[in-house]
Amino acid sequence: MIHSTRQRNLTKLLRAAPFLLPGLLLYGTFILLPMLYSLRVSFYDWKVLNASLSTWIGFDNYARALSDPIFQRAVLNTIAYALVTVPAQIALGLGVAVLLNQPLRGRPALRVLYYLPVITSWVIVSLLFEYMFSGQAGLINYLLRDVLGVIPNNIRWLADPVLAFVPIHLLGIWKGVGWTSVILLAGLQSIPIELEEAAQVDGAGAVQRFFGITLPLLRPTLIFLTVVLTIGALNAYISNLLLTNGGDPLDKTHFVLTLMYEATFTKLDFGYGSAISWLLTAAVFAISIFQIRLLRRRVEI
Amino acid sequence: MRLSRQRLLKRWLAYALLLAGAVLVILPFWYMVITSLKPQAMIFEFPPRLWPAQVTLKNYVQALSKDMFGLYFLNSLFVAVVTTATTVLVSTLLAYAFARLDFPGKEPLFYVILLGMMIPPVMLIIPQFIIAKQIHLLDKFIGLIAIYVTMNISINTFLLRGYFEGIPRELEESALIDGASQMTIFWRIVMPLSGPGLAVVTIFTFLYSWDEFPWAHVAIKETTRRTLPIAIALFQGQHLTEWGQVFAASIVAVVPVIVVFVILQRYFIRGIATSGLKG
Repeated sequence: MIHSTRQRNLTKLLRAAPFLLPGLLLYGTFILLPMLYSLRVSFYDWKVLNASLSTWIGFDNYARALSDPIFQRAVLNTIAYALVTVPAQIALGLGVAVLLNQPLRGRPALRVLYYLPVITSWVIVSLLFEYMFSGQAGLINYLLRDVLGVIPNNIRWLADPVLAFVPIHLLGIWKGVGWTSVILLAGLQSIPIELEEAAQVDGAGAVQRFFGITLPLLRPTLIFLTVVLTIGALNAYISNLLLTNGGDPLDKTHFVLTLMYEATFTKLDFGYGSAISWLLTAAVFAISIFQIRLLRRRVEI
Repeated sequence: MRLSRQRLLKRWLAYALLLAGAVLVILPFWYMVITSLKPQAMIFEFPPRLWPAQVTLKNYVQALSKDMFGLYFLNSLFVAVVTTATTVLVSTLLAYAFARLDFPGKEPLFYVILLGMMIPPVMLIIPQFIIAKQIHLLDKFIGLIAIYVTMNISINTFLLRGYFEGIPRELEESALIDGASQMTIFWRIVMPLSGPGLAVVTIFTFLYSWDEFPWAHVAIKETTRRTLPIAIALFQGQHLTEWGQVFAASIVAVVPVIVVFVILQRYFIRGIATSGLKG
């Protein structure tokens, strides 16, 4: 009964195989292989109709993206989207969470209400915002012009390269607050109530307690949210595609991914599209690593 | 006495703010419902009404019959159900191996699987399209299902492994001594104890495949195989002004999600709060 290590390992592997194989097969075929494949495609002038005619062009696709004004504009648009929607979602979500953290009647119902936009598909809410922001008889123009009187004429929101981002940003915030508030509520509820009470006994006011105790203790949650939401914002795509047809007017309203989509599936430039998607992936990885650093530093203190 | 009055004031303020927020959340949905009930002639009426002057179900009838949204609903349902069942099966098997079995290369393999949680899903679309094209998965439900299952493997394996590790080992060990195989233990002991964990995975996978747009958008060109999100987006692209029908179809797509959410919200909230899953 003497087994060599190799034999023993083989036995273990054989016993684990039925559990591992289905998942690994799918994961390898549709995630690992595609990742490597797309890296390869990004270095080619890729011919999608006949891959064998593709030519190796090194970093040309990457260089082209970085020097392309449309890509640069798309990057700025995407960063602006993250800078506006991430803090807004966290601030509003924190407000809702603090309010919902009190013993109010009807709390579960309110929580369900606030969560509705989160579970509704991006396609539907994007079309809904397109209709509300329509340039003619749209609800928003009506409210701003006829009810509130803050604008003299109807605004053609989606025809303007800057104003088109108003509905896109508002949609991102509106759809995200329900989620951030649930996460923040869980964070608030994990703070021991004794801490708050002790501070209250010491005479700290509500505002002082919030900034002195609650916020610092929420730090890990806030970092987590910032990172997840930032990555989500960099990947924003559907709202822009539907509201501006991806880039209208004049390719000025692209996000990185709508540009990637257009390059790949409209212009069939798969190499260029792959290069853009790898640039985005690199940014996402950098942010993830930054997050791990931040969290680790907190633990060391 | 003064303290209680202050507390009362605070409570009223909280209610007022929460209700104001709720109105902002609900208003667009309300407008969608109203619009879906308006006859086409009143879609661009001015001023826009938040209470319909005339109510008709014509948009729903039209959307479900002539515009084939009934078919798209069934397509979505089929894809979502098969995706969810397959995902639960595949990820529980994987998670069990990582939680309980010992085999060479276990740790590195787990990290490779976790990598899937960091990759932006849309970046995979191009090579997935090329590969799906080569193995003839485009324009087929199986092509949607295969990708959806795969995209959910990482997060679910991660979640379920954590869940399985929380189940006491004693039961399994005594079964092992009695001569049961690992598969038997998995099916007879671990799975029945994992209800809440499986519920979280089921709900989020179902929601994901019900709402998924980017992959379906590139993988399905055949009209009769559309799922609801692409069907609604493409319908709007072709019928720019027929908002009544667009929103009738949207409501048909949203209602099941809301029903499931309201019934299972306990699991939803737990899933979100403990794992940071997004709906």
